Order: sequence, then C-alpha cells, then structure tokens
Amino acid sequence: MERAAEVELARQLLEGKPEAFDRFVDHFRSKIFNYSRLMCGHHEDAEEVAQETLLKVFENFGQLRDPEHVRAWVFRIAKNACLIKRRKSIFAPQQEISLDELMPARGTSGDPMRIEIADWSSIPEDEVLRSELQRVMETAIAEMPEIYRSVMLLRDVEELSTEETAQVLDVNTDAVKTRLHRARLIARKRLDGYLGASSQAVEKN
Amino acid sequence: MASHQHDENCKKMFALLSEYLDMELPDGACRDMEAHMAGCTPCKDFTESLKKTIELCRKYRAQGMPGPIASDARQKLLDAYQKMLAERPHSPRRP
Repeated sequence: MERAAEVELARQLLEGKPEAFDRFVDHFRSKIFNYSRLMCGHHEDAEEVAQETLLKVFENFGQLRDPEHVRAWVFRIAKNACLIKRRKSIFAPQQEISLDELMPARGTSGDPMRIEIADWSSIPEDEVLRSELQRVMETAIAEMPEIYRSVMLLRDVEELSTEETAQVLDVNTDAVKTRLHRARLIARKRLDGYLGASSQAVEKN
Repeated sequence: MASHQHDENCKKMFALLSEYLDMELPDGACRDMEAHMAGCTPCKDFTESLKKTIELCRKYRAQGMPGPIASDARQKLLDAYQKMLAERPHSPRRP
C-alpha cells in the first residue's frame, strides 16, 4: 500500500469512519509483524507485538495529530512494544562499528583501493537470484547489531525519512545517517560474499 | 604521492556514500563525489553495488506473514477504537 493510501485510512479512522478499520488492521499488522520478527527474532513474539501495538494505536488514535505521520507514529509504538518484549536489548551494548572494519578488502594489484567485488550486474534480470538474495538479505538484517538493524528496517524497508526514523528511535539525525550507512555496508558485504561464492560455483561447473 | 592522494579520497568518499545515494549531500560535496567516481572505477563499482543493496532492501518483503487475525483479537481492537471515539473530547462524528 502506498503511503498516501495509508494516510487516507488514518484520516478516515480519525473522522470516525469504521469502514477503514479492517484495511488499516490488515495492512499495519503485516508491517509490524515483519518489523518485530526481525527485531525480536521470534514468530510468536512478533504476533504478540503486532496485537499489542495495534491495541495501543487504537486506544490512542485521537492523539495522532496529523494523519501524514501515521507510519512513523505506529512504528514508534511498535518499537516500544518490541523493547518491552525484549527487555535485555535496552541494556545491550550499543557500540558503533568503525568504518575501517567495513572497508572492502584491498586486492594485491598494488592499486590503493582495489576492492574485492562480486559481479552484481546480473541481479535485475534473474528472478531466482533475486529471491535467493532476498533470503540472504533477511539473514543479514536479522544478524546485524540491533542499533543498525533498527535503523535499516525503518529507513530502507519501511522507507521512513531520516527525521521520522530519528523520532521513532529517540536519536539525532546524524546518528541515523551514521548507523544507516554501516547497516547498508554490512548488508552489502553479506550479499557480495554470497554473489562471490555463487559466481565461483558457476565457474567451477 | 599521487597514489596516497587517491587512497585518502576513496576513504573520504566511502564515508559519505549513503548520504550521496540518499541525495542528502550539499551540492559541492556531491560534485566532488561525482568527479572522483568519474576517475575511479573501484569506487564507482562499489557505489553501484551499495545502490543495489538499498534497492533489494526496499523490495524486501517478509518471508513468513502472520496468520489471519483471530476474531476475538480483531474485536478487542475494534472495541478499543470505538471506546477512543466515544471518549475523545471533540468527536467529529460517531460511527
């Protein structure tokens, strides 16, 4: 569902039109489920987080000042529900990974920044590869440190803006940018490793 | 000396790639990036692969969706919604 359709549903609900209720529930339940499954790591927890989030959303719907912000508002509630579900994560160490650790390996040709890079050119055409890559992407997101995972899910999967993501996570916009960049580099490295391994397999055959 | 310069430029560029791809860089910095990439194939290829990573992420859809909502869970949400409508100070319209 496009963002505009989502905003329209929120507007209707605010106006007291219950026709929008089922579509709103179905749409956001899937979204929150997806987000919290990758944040909490468990299917059952994700179902509970989705229900608890929606309950809070409807109890407090009158506090949504501007329907334009409905996605960020819902995800802020979802993030808090996830934190309650996984209390320990609040106290988990939140150290940044240095960019040097994420720089691609240098080759041996003597070129100062010769990067080891798999062949990415075939991705758009190959459907099988695309769905395999989706699976690799999911693993990459699920396994990256939480401070990066939370930003990547909101910025790149849910497509919230930098400012909205900062509001949801209670951090400043510079922290969102720094963490997003590291998250993408981690995901890229993982995908690159997969593409490198699969192209080697093709060459051997 | 020239190769050292190249290395430092690549590093600087590496740190700003996401902001470049998100079009969040000031014009000057953006032009510097493009000028650098025009002459540096590894950086250009790397940027392309990061761009594809972001595209894949945007197209990512959950593998396991939740089952259909149970009718009592749905009812609980509907009750909460109707209670909110009934109790809020300036209700424009009751369902």
